[in-house]
This record gives sequence, C-alpha cells and structure tokens, in this order.
Amino acid sequence: MPPLTLPILIEHVANGLLVGAYFVTLALGLSLIFGLGGVINLAHGAFYALGAYLAFEVQRQAGFGPALILSPLLVALLGMGIESLFLRRLYRGDPLLGLLFTFGLAMVGEQAIRIAWGTTGLPFQIPEGLRGFVALGEFIYSRYRLFAIAVTALAILGVWLALEKTPYGMIVRAGTRDPEMVRALGISLRPVLTAVFGCGVALAGLAGVLSAPLAGVHPAMGTEIGTAAFVVVVIGGLGSFWGPVLAGLLVGVIRSLMVLFWPPAAEASMYALMALILLLRPRGLLGERWEQFE
Amino acid sequence: MTRIGRREFLKAGAGAAVGTLGFPAILRAQDTIKVGHLTPRTGFLGQLGAYGFMAAQLAVDEANARGGVLGRKVELISEDTPNPGVAVTKAQKLIERDQVHFLIGEISSASGLAISEVAQRAKILYVNTGWNSDEGRGARCQRYLFHVEGCNTMYTKTIGRWQERQGKIKGGRWYFLTADYAFGHDLYRVSSKFLSEHGGTNLGNDMVPTGSLDYSSYILKLRAIKPDLVYLNLAGTDQTTFLKQYREFGSPFPLAGGVMDTVPFWAAGIDALTGYWQSLWYHDLKEPGSPEFTKRFSERNGKPPDNQAWGEYVGIRILLQAIAEAKSTRSQDLVAHLEKGAKFDILKGREAWFRDWDHQLLQTMYVVRVKDKAKAKDQWDIFEIVEAQPAKGESYELIQPTKAENPCPMPAL
Repeated sequence: MPPLTLPILIEHVANGLLVGAYFVTLALGLSLIFGLGGVINLAHGAFYALGAYLAFEVQRQAGFGPALILSPLLVALLGMGIESLFLRRLYRGDPLLGLLFTFGLAMVGEQAIRIAWGTTGLPFQIPEGLRGFVALGEFIYSRYRLFAIAVTALAILGVWLALEKTPYGMIVRAGTRDPEMVRALGISLRPVLTAVFGCGVALAGLAGVLSAPLAGVHPAMGTEIGTAAFVVVVIGGLGSFWGPVLAGLLVGVIRSLMVLFWPPAAEASMYALMALILLLRPRGLLGERWEQFE
Repeated sequence: MTRIGRREFLKAGAGAAVGTLGFPAILRAQDTIKVGHLTPRTGFLGQLGAYGFMAAQLAVDEANARGGVLGRKVELISEDTPNPGVAVTKAQKLIERDQVHFLIGEISSASGLAISEVAQRAKILYVNTGWNSDEGRGARCQRYLFHVEGCNTMYTKTIGRWQERQGKIKGGRWYFLTADYAFGHDLYRVSSKFLSEHGGTNLGNDMVPTGSLDYSSYILKLRAIKPDLVYLNLAGTDQTTFLKQYREFGSPFPLAGGVMDTVPFWAAGIDALTGYWQSLWYHDLKEPGSPEFTKRFSERNGKPPDNQAWGEYVGIRILLQAIAEAKSTRSQDLVAHLEKGAKFDILKGREAWFRDWDHQLLQTMYVVRVKDKAKAKDQWDIFEIVEAQPAKGESYELIQPTKAENPCPMPAL
C-alpha cells in the first residue's frame, strides 16, 4: 500500500468518477428501456459487444471518429429492427417472456459475434491523436480517458435534453408513468417504444466503442459487463433519470477506493452496495414509487 | 525371411488402400479410442481454449490419417468448461455417458484440480495440457494425472534465472499483481519466494479479481509506490486488459510476469508490450518439428499456433504414442509405461519424459523478448527467443521445483 496522502486519495476518487461514467452510459440505456417498455433487456451486454466489434470494422476503414458515431447508430438500427419484429409482441404478455427472449438474444448475439469475428480477441489500439497523458500539476491522466468522459457527458446531456425539453420526450415521460392515459389521449406509444429501445441500445453500443481501446474486444465482453449494468440500475433506482447516473459514479468511486485499501473486494464492492441499498431502500437511491411493480 | 518383390508389394499396398476406402463403415464400427477433451471455450480463458481445441483436433486428425493407433480410430469428444463446477459435470459425463478412455486438457487450475479428482476416482488417465498450479504436482498430485504444461515454478525459475544473471533481482524492489484464484495464489507463493530467496524486496501484492475491465486504480497505485519492477501473476483476457492500460498510462516501471500466454499478448498488440517474458513454446521456434507444426496449424486455421495449441497437440501425441508403445488402452498400463520414463519428441529438439515422482514433463522453456516492432513480420510476430532454459547440455531439473519445494505424496495405483 502506498503512503496515504491527500493527493493520492483525490486521484483515486477522480479516477473512480471517470470509470463510473462508463457504467452510467450502460445503465442509463438499460434504465430507459425498462422505464418505458417494462422489458428487462438481458441482451444489453450483447449490444455493447456489438458496438465494439462494429467500431473495430468501421475504424479499420474510416478511422475512430466515424466509428464513434456510426457504430452506435448501426447498433440502434439493429435494436429497432429487433424491437419492431419481435420484442413488441411481448410487451403485453408475461414479463417473463421478455426476459426469456432477451436472454436468448444475448446468447445468439455472442455466438453470432464468435462466428463473424472468431473466438479470440482483436487488438484495438487507442487512436493516434488520443494517446499520451495530460499533466495537471501533480496529476497525470490518460488523454483517451478524458476524451471518453467528455463523450459520455455529452451523451448523457443529449438524452436528458431529449427527455426533458422536447415534445417527444414528454410523451416518453408520460408513457413511463401512465401508458393507459397516453393511449386514451390518442397517442400511439409504439413508435416511441421503438425509438427508446434504439436509443437505449445505442448507449450500450457507445459504451462498447469507448471501452474497446481500453479493455480490448472479445466475444465474452458483453456477458461480463451486463451484470454490472443491472447492479447500477438497481442501486440507482428504477424509473429515475439521475438514479443510474448517481449510482454509476458511486460504484466507480467505491471500486477505485477499494483497490486502494482492499483489492480482493474491489469487484464485490458493488454487489455489497446493492445488497445494502436493497435492504435499506428497496426502490433504489433515487427510485420513485412504482405502482405497477408494487 | 521372405523377400517381397516390387510387384507384390505394390499389389498389397493397393489392396490395403482399396480396403480402407471401400469399407469405411467397418473401420467406424470397430471400437474407437475415445479421448475426452475438456477446455474453457467461453469466459476469460476461452480465447486460449479455442486455440487448444484447434490443435487437439489437428493432432487427432493427423493420427487418423496415419491409420489410427493399434489399428483403431481415435475420436475426440470436446466439451466447454467455463468454470470448475461445469468442468466436474462434463468430466463425469465424458466418463459415464461417452465412455471415454482418457481425459485431456483444461487451462484453469481450479477446474484442472477438480477434473483430476474425478479422473482419480474413475481410475482414468488425465493429461493436463494447460494449467499451471504447483499444487497439482505437489500436495494434490495423483497417480493418473500427468502434466505436459509447465508448472508455476518452471515459469518463475525460467525468467528468474535469467533476471538473476542480469542483476535484476538482488536488491530489486518488486510489486505483485495477482489473479485471485487457485492459479494466481499458487504463482504468487512461488514467485515471491523466488524473489526473497534471491535477495529482492517484496513491496506488496494486490489480489485482483478475475474478469476486471479496469486497472486504472491499480496503475495509479503503482505510480505512488514506485517499484523497480511490476510482477504480473494474471492470465487470459485479464492479461490483455492490464497490458493495454499499463501502456495507456505510460507507466515507467518494467513489467515481467509469472506466466505468459501468447493469445492475450496477441490481443493486446505489440504496441502494448514491453520487456522479457518466458514461454513454454513459441511458434517461431526453429527446433525440428516445430516449423512444420506451425505450418500445418497455420494452413488449417489461418493463424499460427500459440503455446496452448502446442500443449494440446503434444499432449495428444504423447498419449497416442504411449498407447502404441504400451499396446494397451488401459489407464493403469499407460501410467506404468509413462512412469518408466518413456521418451517423447515434443518439437523442442530434445527428448522429454515425465518425472516419476510428480508426473511433471521434464522439458525446455524459453526466455523471450518483445520484438522491435519494425522487425515484426506480421501481427503474430511479437517475440524473439533469447535463450533456452535449461540450455541444451544442462539438467532439466534446474528449473523444476525440488522435492522439498513441492512434496508429492504419490498415492498407489
């Protein structure tokens, strides 16, 4: 253990916030999809992996910049296709059906990636212009990570603006609270659901692209991250926008501090936090009361 | 002795060829030799397992093309073992339902130790081709278990002997990062022991959970500790992720590690690699048989074999050669044959055999150096071989755990 000084502590907290931002992107997409459609998207991790793999292909042809935009868009298109072909048939039925379907989709997705790109990992380097570090006095930080946090922040801001400031967002918000009333007003939720699903998986895809140069690209990457995204959503609270954001950052910081003090528990710390939250505040940190689930 | 004329010889040969071609059903109907193959194809070791499987299949196909063993066809039944629980179930299934004659494979030490227990109860020979824990050769050694893969001590001593000669150990201050499961714990025990025995200082060790996606916190911590060397006891995709991020942060401390697997290093890419490592085998090795194996494997799979592929390939060949020499498929007979010191060509230019008291294959290992990128032929060409350990004239025992270091209470057959 290094000598515990204030700069070291601050460094770890700051790093935790940066790492957490990446959990936020994943969890926000998951939370959006769940909020409106009531579907627990177990294939979220598969979309994340697909985002990374598509980015690998686009980057090879056109560079990282286009990959960052194109890959989430492609993931969104695919997600919307799957939603309107299959998933929409399951909204009215038993929630278990949605669960089974997305679980199957996750397995199909991972296998499809194995078939298309092979079983071994692909080397995905940090783009040329983003290598190196930024020095802020005592602190040295990876340039790429600072870039990733900026992109994440923009994405979160974009989703927030779309939800809060546009008429379309108003329908989404109304739809999550009272779908019956929205329908009674003569507004069809179908296209909204499709768009929200697309937006949610696009966020997963974006997280995949951003993490690809850091953690590499391999078929099982979606499985690893899927669980973490759920934990963050549960901690943050279902149905709230800022819940997953707060929870993601919190998970990042706690994990980073655990590495400093007690590494073996670093991964387990978020599950412990989830257990604690579920005991003390079952609806999550910022979760609202949800009649349809209570 | 009867002399056979050229004409008769040709006739007999043609007859045999027609026989094989004309009656494949008969060949199939004969009792095949079934080899149960267990290896993770998914999860954080799955990438290594994929190579292992390709190589095992290649070895079996080659054997069948030569006419099988004892006139019988060899059949490979392969199962995916993502974790120790599944590994046990699959091992039992292979033995009970598929009635395999032998077991081979595995990469995870935790799974390997579990499979070993199943094999022991069923009295079935199990050839370990990929897991490293010393414990499996020591405290938990057993009669039916043979190790083609090197153990943690072999990896540690291979790089350690070289580092010692370079003056990197005496007075060196090292920090360890260790995978938090059977393999890592065992490797940390061995590598930290080697360090302290040779006059180095152990600054500390972090037990890292497997499947971590982010090592930035560990890397920041290292920056504050400022060790002379960071010693990595990680495996699989964890190795890839760490190497990439270590480079991303431009960490200045030299890196070495307890185990090097080529696949995660390939996945990290040559840009992320530095320093000296050790390998059981590397596809650029020029010893007799190695370039040919690399060529056949590459032609079939479109990429060169890694060290895991070598292990499975050689493992199957050793098994089949032992069956042919012992003229038996009974595990007991094979154990006896292998324990008597049967010699094998393992593509390293020097015959190898199993040590009778712990069943570890005595063999050469290699110190390798990350290649200058400008000199790399392709994305797979990442290492130069620095030296063989032990050198050709030296005893294999130089890199082996001694009886005192790793006592094995070998039970009776």
